Amino acid sequence: MIRILKQIFRTGIVTEPLPTEIDSEITEVGTKLEDAIRKRFRRSLTIRQVDSGSCNGCELEIHAINNPIYNCERFGIHFTASPRFADMLLVTGPVTRNMEIALRRTYNSTPSPKLVVAVGDCGCSGGIFGESYASLGSIDKVIPVDVFIAGCPPTPAALLHGILRAVGNK
Amino acid sequence: MSVLIDAITPVLGAEFRRDEGLHPSSIPSCIVSREKFAETAKAMKSVHALLAAEWASDETLFGRGFGIYACYRWGAEYLIIKTEAPFDDPTFPSLTKRFLPAYRFERQIHSLMGVTPAGHPDLRPWIKFEDWPEDAWPLRKSFDASKPMPRVFGEYKFVRAEGEGVYEIPVGPVHAGIIEPGHFRFQAVGEDILNLEERLGYVHKGIEKKFELLSWQEGSRLAGRVSGDTTVAHSLGYCMALETMTGCSVPERAQWLRALFLERERIANHLGDLGAICNDAAFAFMLYQMSRLREIMLRTNHKLFGHRFIMDRIIPGGVAADIDADGKELILKELKKLLKEFNKLVTIYDENSSLEDRVRDTGILIPDKAREICAVGIVARASGLNLDCRMQNPFPPYDRIELNVPVLISGDVHARAWVRVEEVRESIRIIRRILETLPSGEILTEAGIPAPDTSGFSAVEGWRGEIVYWLQAGPNSEINRCMVRDPSSVNWLGLEQAVLGNIVPDFPLCNKSFNQSYSGHDL
Ligand code: SF4
Repeated sequence: MIRILKQIFRTGIVTEPLPTEIDSEITEVGTKLEDAIRKRFRRSLTIRQVDSGSCNGCELEIHAINNPIYNCERFGIHFTASPRFADMLLVTGPVTRNMEIALRRTYNSTPSPKLVVAVGDCGCSGGIFGESYASLGSIDKVIPVDVFIAGCPPTPAALLHGILRAVGNK
Repeated sequence: MSVLIDAITPVLGAEFRRDEGLHPSSIPSCIVSREKFAETAKAMKSVHALLAAEWASDETLFGRGFGIYACYRWGAEYLIIKTEAPFDDPTFPSLTKRFLPAYRFERQIHSLMGVTPAGHPDLRPWIKFEDWPEDAWPLRKSFDASKPMPRVFGEYKFVRAEGEGVYEIPVGPVHAGIIEPGHFRFQAVGEDILNLEERLGYVHKGIEKKFELLSWQEGSRLAGRVSGDTTVAHSLGYCMALETMTGCSVPERAQWLRALFLERERIANHLGDLGAICNDAAFAFMLYQMSRLREIMLRTNHKLFGHRFIMDRIIPGGVAADIDADGKELILKELKKLLKEFNKLVTIYDENSSLEDRVRDTGILIPDKAREICAVGIVARASGLNLDCRMQNPFPPYDRIELNVPVLISGDVHARAWVRVEEVRESIRIIRRILETLPSGEILTEAGIPAPDTSGFSAVEGWRGEIVYWLQAGPNSEINRCMVRDPSSVNWLGLEQAVLGNIVPDFPLCNKSFNQSYSGHDL
């Protein structure tokens, strides 16, 4: 136990302000966005992540925004296990034929107003997998999308920025 | 002397025919009649070989029928045995009775290529879903992959257990966390798991078919996206298979840099896994600490190589990112800090008795079972199998660096975690050695285009385990077939075995300790 506490104190708080290029944009809209989360979502934005066919690269970066360095909880963002509690679906793609039905069901289980954010080049356009017998391509081919976050995979900073953008939009 | 060739020679006698198509013949390969296909499997079994992969290729463009290939491994040796089936009689004798992993390989061949393994006990579709038209065989040349398929009615028949107090828990495809989709069906009594049936295929993106539409150069980008967490090892596997076909000799410096990338990928993933395993045993402290260390590595990657996961930096003929003196300095400094902190965390892991209680004796895959399913990688090494392609099929610099491969025999969650701990330390040591002795010179050369009707093979030790690629060039030197075998294709079978008799709440923990890829399996 002592070792654990020591390690915790030694580590301190490692959460960083966002990188400057993104940070400046955030300061611009920053207060407004925090306001939005506060008012619209009562200080907390709850996200359900759905992998509708990704290569898992995008998921790794979504994990990263939960790490202590990006610490998305400071913006009141947290991830939930059930779409029924979610304000936002964070969907990675391309939507496979085998996931299409599950994705539609998840979307239908999410209460309004549901925000949908498509993540990654695959989520935005189908990426390298494109459209085929097995892949339907971008997320918006299957459910309505509010914001697209490009990148293969998008960096954690880009993800945070995109999520905040989606909140600001509505 | 080759154990594998010696074993099949008496079976084949005069029939023994080397397949000259595999170029260069670093991996021996032979063609046998359909009758002998199962017999050779028996001979392989008798010398304790393992089945590494089994796949089919549509060879109608060459005026042949289907080629069915089985690849066996014994220590450092590989042997590919091929048989052919005419187009109008697409069957071959099943190997499932001899080799358990053939169970899924053959279901996959049957579902996606439409070639039937005669004598297979269970021909329910695999990866192909019940709502696909029955005659949709995407890997056949005659299949038009560009069009969406209609949905038909059908039902997947799960294995059932009946009796007093037996109930069923369906989980997925959309899981509770930030993970890939798949379906698990448990039969349980009280809290004890009687049976687990996996149902995968949800992230089938048609990757193997897609390869056939790409140029050899573009192929490495797609290989890098078979499983995003293993992007380095997959693109390396693809490139190495291609390079054996064209006879391209990759510059030394490029090979060392490839090893550097591979080891960095291994460390980053192991750190993430160790944190996640502890988190699933309700020890969130470790998740945050480990993910912090992981983030440090990813940032260094980004700074030095331009991508956090070093995606698209391994390309046919070499690498697309170099390192200078400052970069080396940066990595050495990073590793020093990393190792110091990592060792502290490992002590905490080791001394935490409530954690120990969860991870020890949980989810045991006994060595016999691991051998039976022909497990690879971390899962194999945690269950007593000393398998590591870096040691058994080394490319430079691994042929010069002696490698300590951790092997444990307890086969439980702890063993799978501990193999990772040891491998992180070992990879740090390897990276230091690489940086000390990195040769100078070019980092890229012309990869070339393979000759028609040749094929190439590679086996690379990714962080999960052995990745196998097999490439075949068509009549116009295009990609006729790209077979990808991620470690997950065999190791998923291990999870089904390991959870038996465990309690349902321990499933997430067992699953995390395996951490197999869905995308790499579903393709
Ligand atoms: S965008 Fe890139 S990382 Fe994300 S799922 Fe597609 S290929 Fe993988």
